[in-house]
Amino acid sequence: MQRSEFFKNFWRKPIFATIIAILSGFIVAAIILASAGYNPWTSLGALFYGMFGRPKYISNVIIKSTPIIVTGLSVAFAYKMGLFNIGAEGQYIMGALAANVVGYLVDAPAIIEIPLIILAGVAAGALYGGIIGLLKGRYDINEVITGIMLNWIALYFSNYIVNLEIFHKPNTASMYAINESGYTSLFTQWKTTEAAATFFQEHPFIGDIMRTDVNMGFIIAVALTIFISWVLFKTTKGYQLRAVGYAQEAAEFAGIDVKKNVIQTMLIAGGLAGMAGVLNITGIFPHAVSQLSAFESYGLNGLCVAFIAGGSPIGCILAGLLFGGLLYGGQSLQYMAGAPSEIINIMIGTIVFFVGLEGLVGMIVDRIEKRKAAKSKESGSSDSGKSGSGTGGSDKKETVTTETKQEIQSPELKTLETGKSQ
Amino acid sequence: MKPDKEYAVQMHDITKTFGACRALDNVQLDVKKGTIHAILGENGAGKTTLMNVLYGLYRQDSGEVYLYGEKVDIKNPTVAIRHGIGMVHQHFMLVENFTVAQNIILGQETTKGGGVLDLKRAKKEVEELVARYGLQVNPDAQISDITVGMQQRVEILKALYRGVDILILDEPTAVLTPQEIEDLIGIMHRLVDDGKTIIIITHKLREIKASADECTIVRRGQYIDTVKVADVTQSELADMMVGHKVRLSVDKEAAKPGETIFEIDNLQASDDRGLPVLKNLNLAVHAGEIVGLAGIDGNGQKELVEVITNLRKADGGTVKIDGKEIQNTTTRNTMNSGVSTIHEDRQKRGLVLDFTVDENAVLDSYMKEPFSKRGVLNKKAIHDFTSQLITEYDIRPDNCGDMPIRGLSGGNQQKVIIAREIANDPDLLIAVQPTRGLDVGAIENVHKMLIRERDKGKAVLLISLELDEVLNVADTVAVIYDGAIQGTFPQSEADERTIGLMMAGGGTDAAE
Repeated sequence: MQRSEFFKNFWRKPIFATIIAILSGFIVAAIILASAGYNPWTSLGALFYGMFGRPKYISNVIIKSTPIIVTGLSVAFAYKMGLFNIGAEGQYIMGALAANVVGYLVDAPAIIEIPLIILAGVAAGALYGGIIGLLKGRYDINEVITGIMLNWIALYFSNYIVNLEIFHKPNTASMYAINESGYTSLFTQWKTTEAAATFFQEHPFIGDIMRTDVNMGFIIAVALTIFISWVLFKTTKGYQLRAVGYAQEAAEFAGIDVKKNVIQTMLIAGGLAGMAGVLNITGIFPHAVSQLSAFESYGLNGLCVAFIAGGSPIGCILAGLLFGGLLYGGQSLQYMAGAPSEIINIMIGTIVFFVGLEGLVGMIVDRIEKRKAAKSKESGSSDSGKSGSGTGGSDKKETVTTETKQEIQSPELKTLETGKSQ
Repeated sequence: MKPDKEYAVQMHDITKTFGACRALDNVQLDVKKGTIHAILGENGAGKTTLMNVLYGLYRQDSGEVYLYGEKVDIKNPTVAIRHGIGMVHQHFMLVENFTVAQNIILGQETTKGGGVLDLKRAKKEVEELVARYGLQVNPDAQISDITVGMQQRVEILKALYRGVDILILDEPTAVLTPQEIEDLIGIMHRLVDDGKTIIIITHKLREIKASADECTIVRRGQYIDTVKVADVTQSELADMMVGHKVRLSVDKEAAKPGETIFEIDNLQASDDRGLPVLKNLNLAVHAGEIVGLAGIDGNGQKELVEVITNLRKADGGTVKIDGKEIQNTTTRNTMNSGVSTIHEDRQKRGLVLDFTVDENAVLDSYMKEPFSKRGVLNKKAIHDFTSQLITEYDIRPDNCGDMPIRGLSGGNQQKVIIAREIANDPDLLIAVQPTRGLDVGAIENVHKMLIRERDKGKAVLLISLELDEVLNVADTVAVIYDGAIQGTFPQSEADERTIGLMMAGGGTDAAE
């Protein structure tokens, strides 16, 4: 009983559906690889080698994941109150840009420089997200539309700033890098010393890792995730936010100011996406914003990450790592197996698609259980389910009947109930 | 009655159950060809369910349907339409951005062949229908630009365009202005003169008297009678609709009303479409008194609650609690002024279903100490508080604090709401349909809780669509109709016939 209880719940948990989705992604990718004439085993092997094969790879996966974990967090946070922050891309760009500008113009000791850069980037992202929040909260303009438009504005604004004479580094496509005191890279000085070289020779594992842009970003991302979880689940702000997200009308009736919460949420979400930009500028070479011909998709990938994570902040870390791993490992797919790295996009697309079908998994589980319950009922006595404490399925049915018993003409309620159980 | 060609619709021994509830229990309906037939009953009596069976939206569990003496099996609305049955729902199903003509032909478009729309011909056909029945609408007008009365005509036109012989109108007057109602009755007569048969679902007596030839009364899923409208008076109809119910006795001592706590003066407000819905409403509730607001759905109750809770603007008049005006401020202000409200729609307005019981228990007090301090929630304090409520109000299962409230039964969900609102220690407790959807035991519990609050010296305003409930629980009964209070009675003098008549708008008629 205990065991089946656990399994029943496990099948129903979103994480099960997510695992199925990820597996489906790999299976579809394997099928496509095979049909295109590549050996799926060696190709996927190359992908995994590209993620975990060397300490350096693991380190790079983490570095690659860092900004998308944070943009994912931004999207997940906004989504908790029902907002779809597709504008994370623009907020990311503005955050990175502000970080670059301030980091270049101000040259202070690290203890001042880094907080200053963070403040600038977060503020820029927050304001940019705040525009969306204001338009949504005050004038009820759809946040997806404004988000997409603001993304383009951010892209071209960033290109404009990059090409201003005072910022543009001659003979490059980038701005001047931020001052070194603003780097969050670890051991940058020490790495180049003689002592380090010998140390790396003695400890090749660490040496391999140190050849990458090891930085504080991931730690900050994890800390942010914990902080956001705390805000969401332990503070009154998070309580309000979730109440609005789950049941706007109930929240309104309880005296929660929905409009104000929309604006505040977008400020915070924007700040987070801006922080992702800060982490890239402070942590990763070339520590500067480059001219962009297209979106780098840090924000847009954040949407996928949040989606795969099912909106859970902690889940964003795992989904972000998966995403970063696929993006980074995909490169070795190309040079080791010769397979086009575009297969990674197909894989990601499939995963997102199947995560979207999460309800389907639940439905299948429901159906299997119902069939089982029907069978056990047949074999048992013909008791009308009044004893209640059977399977989860029949429990749900029980509520449906009591609800309908109470309300004569309420087919809506019935569909609501059955809708819920799926 | 035997199946007969002279009857457009005959429904015999129709039974329909939802779960354990019998929505229809051997209901009979015989509608003569070319007449207007009304179906009268209270909210939840089964009128709409019966018509949904006829229109194929529900299938009856047992019973037969005959059209013009022929037995038919109406599996779904498509079959119904093929048999010439049309239904105009209470909530219109029109495409806002389409023109009248486009809406009418939707689903049955006239084409030139090759799938090209022939709007010109369609428009001509529509114009013919408009002229024939005097349904004044402009076929080129956009739905979003025309009045609700016109939209309803478009719905009727839609049905006529599909060639209906039998037209079902579900509460057609609920959304109309008096002038529009008169127009509608005119249209109905013209349709009948043209050989159509109309079935109208309503609980407004005056309109039945003004339009219908015969009337079938249903009460709580039971067939009561079919009468010739000309032979009965409004009060006889009201009697049959309400019935002589056994009064559930509610034990309570006589009220000891104190000073006035809550006062509404000449309150005016508009509905979502901007039409006046509260028309100079006056109401007072004293300390230690339960005032029951009796009335049929849609007479302004919903808007009244929304104005009090500041979810809707008042156009005029005042709402005073302890002498302080609270209209047109914020929801939070209403609460802070000492008003707690048990909302009618507990799953939508009263609870966040995805929250746990704990979280729901502090939905309107989470920001106060000890539940939170400087913006950080104190889960333990919240849990302890909830546990106390769970014990005090016997909420089941016990220890349900960490469970999502979705999993609780309707009665227990309601207990959580009532416990929460009472815990706010309000001066005025507003309970809107507090027993809706609850079983008898739970209903009794809710009533006891309301009376206990009264005995503590609180003012209680009970708004209910169940006349029984108001008559049994309230110390003072106020009747709302058409956005105003039609009369106020002490419980001892509250007579269910007089009140029933007043609720259906009959009282004002008699006075005129």
